[in-house]
Amino acid sequence: MLLSIQNLHAGLEDGTPLLNGIDLRVNAGEVHAIMGPNGSGKSTLANVIAGREEYRVTQGDIVFKEQSLLALTPEERAHLGVFLSFQYPVEIPGVSVSNFIKTAINEHRKARGEEPMDAAALLKMMREKLNLLEMDKSFLSRSLNEGFSGGEKKRNEIFQMAMLQPALAILDETDSGLDIDALRIVAQGVNALKSKENAVVVITHYQRLLDYIVPDFVHVLLHGKIVKSGGKELALELEDRGYDWIKKENAGA
Amino acid sequence: MSQDELLEGVTSADYKYGFSSEIESDTLPPGLNEGVIRAISAKKNEPEWLTDWRLEAFRLWSLMEEPTWANVTYKKPDYQAISYYSAAKKKQITSLDEVDPELLKTFEKLGISLDEQKRLSGVAMDIVVDSVSVATTFKKTLAEKGIIFCSISDAVQEHPALIKKYLGTIVPRTDNYFAALNSAVFTDGSFCYIPKGVRCPMELSTYFRINQAGTGQFERTLLIADEGSYVSYLEGCTAPQRDENQLHAAVVELIAMEGAEIKYSTVQNWYPGDAQGKGGVFNFVTKRGLCERKAKISWTQVETGSAVTWKYPSCILKGDDSIGEFYSVAVTNHYQQADTGTKMIHLGKRTKSTIVSKGICAGHSQGSYRGLVKIGPRAENARNHSQCDSLLMGSGCGSHTFPYIEIQNKTAQVEHEATTSKIGEDQIFYCNQRGIPAEAAIALIVNGYCKDVLNQLPMEFAVEAQKLLAISLEGSVG
Ligand SMILES: Nc1ncnc2c1ncn2[C@@H]1O[C@H](COP(=O)(O)OP(=O)(O)OP(=O)(O)O)[C@@H](O)[C@H]1O
Ligand SMILES: [Mg+2]
Repeated sequence: MLLSIQNLHAGLEDGTPLLNGIDLRVNAGEVHAIMGPNGSGKSTLANVIAGREEYRVTQGDIVFKEQSLLALTPEERAHLGVFLSFQYPVEIPGVSVSNFIKTAINEHRKARGEEPMDAAALLKMMREKLNLLEMDKSFLSRSLNEGFSGGEKKRNEIFQMAMLQPALAILDETDSGLDIDALRIVAQGVNALKSKENAVVVITHYQRLLDYIVPDFVHVLLHGKIVKSGGKELALELEDRGYDWIKKENAGA
Repeated sequence: MSQDELLEGVTSADYKYGFSSEIESDTLPPGLNEGVIRAISAKKNEPEWLTDWRLEAFRLWSLMEEPTWANVTYKKPDYQAISYYSAAKKKQITSLDEVDPELLKTFEKLGISLDEQKRLSGVAMDIVVDSVSVATTFKKTLAEKGIIFCSISDAVQEHPALIKKYLGTIVPRTDNYFAALNSAVFTDGSFCYIPKGVRCPMELSTYFRINQAGTGQFERTLLIADEGSYVSYLEGCTAPQRDENQLHAAVVELIAMEGAEIKYSTVQNWYPGDAQGKGGVFNFVTKRGLCERKAKISWTQVETGSAVTWKYPSCILKGDDSIGEFYSVAVTNHYQQADTGTKMIHLGKRTKSTIVSKGICAGHSQGSYRGLVKIGPRAENARNHSQCDSLLMGSGCGSHTFPYIEIQNKTAQVEHEATTSKIGEDQIFYCNQRGIPAEAAIALIVNGYCKDVLNQLPMEFAVEAQKLLAISLEGSVG
């Protein structure tokens, strides 16, 4: 078991609950999709797994690679192999994409007790991954996310994922903002990085992405709780029928 | 942990260079009067005109009031409690072997091995320790090109005509309180002359240090670039940790003759005082350059040290088509106060100036940008662009911008942009998520923010400056 979330309750510091008892188990080699209406807690879940401090876990546990993540800092979680592709990637003016990814990779290596990566090897790897995602190499010298189009930002997230090769990648609405070709390219990129050792959790509103990144499981999140799980056909059903029927099913609960 | 707690931890770096080396000194007793000035002048074996020049400066200073318009508060130094002369005993050194081993150790501690500097980039060093030059390297290479680079005391002896002609012409004795004081008591500093059409083949570099407790530093720098010449000058400093305040009032005068270019870069890292705001250097500097026709002066500064900074490197764009630039990063932390900026005085036609100022405030510090852009009546088609940004870290600090613009010619184009931002929790979390710890993240973000200024520095200096920014703002010193 790569990731095991047990009865996770979390909320804001003022006590407002946002996640109300999440159970989720992800094995290596699997793809999970999380869907659900706006405001249902999808991004919150992703951020809590990644260790964002503004959320407080009040109950339950997140176990990753046989280890509880709760006491770990966000960077320690990252070093263990947790990667989050942000729904809204931030801009860092003046810091080039290449400098940023170099710093990230070398911090990962430092955590493993390794020397910084050789510059030539790093450059070669960056070129490979850019090719995979059909990105121009001029990307590397641009300021991180500054002035990037919505689609460029998302592609840049996947580029970083490709560079860091995480065990668990959580893609928070990576598809929104991508045009049809970009969607295909990014999905192909994600698929190319998939292996028996790693897992992907995709958060999405659209079946479209799941045509490319085919999920083993689909979960529906509502009011901070997974209220329904199924196979990939569940996503099709949601596309067809929306969330009302699920909301109704859960109205009494 | 809240953002503020995090930043508190991250910004509470101890002063890395807090030590003082034990070099024997020959020091005048504290106090300031005509006798002291005569004694300084005599110790330096100065010609009579210079003794008189100093005495006149002292007389003028005695009539002046210490300025209070800057956005800084500090306890006024007791000018009678300061010793105005302190000379390291060993002198006249031609090779590193003869340098006081204590001094070499000091440089090693600073991570600036002279040896390495020599080999690496051919940086000539005019080291000022306690007001007197102790070693000058690379003099020979420079001499072949006719370049003069020496201490100002040596220049007084060896090039008296140049000194007499130019000293105090750009920053007159009456300019301000601290300039007057400096003129009366300056003990050392650098002199540089680049002959017509000569491109100085190396960066000229001076490391300043304040070494004696209670010793004021009154450096005087005079740099003359003759027609069509080019020079890049580096000035950097660190000071030993001290409890009492140390006064520093330097004067720098630059003269760029027709078609000449001077690039003057400073990394300033004097003891800023401790986390409670105790101690630290008072840094009151007057820096000014004059540009003749088609000349260019570019000031670049990275200011991280001092308890109180008062500093406005300026350009007088006298000649037509001359260019002035000012690139500045000023970091304040704990209880530091900085009031810094520039003055661009456009007198000639088609003169151009660029101002890029990046302030970073952390802890309980106060940072102010104060800038004047003046377009004179004859400055047809003069242009200025100013960009003044401030970055706040935490909520205990303050940043202020005081732009003054005086335009006396309708054809002028003057643009001023200002922004204030905070390092966002979002940015830090984003970096954390990529495996970058908060301190490294802040260093990364700050260096990115300062990029336009750091890019102006010569390569080795830029690397040093980046490290310095990180040290000034981080908890992990190492
Ligand atoms: N830091 C916060 N402060 C206040 N409210 C928050 C915060 N973070 C999340 N919330 C609230 O928690 C709820 C869940 O938000 P979340 O971003 O997880 O939704 P989501 O499922 O990702 O929605 P979307 O599909 O629109 O991206 C929302 O009502 C949101 O406003
Ligand atoms: Mg969301």
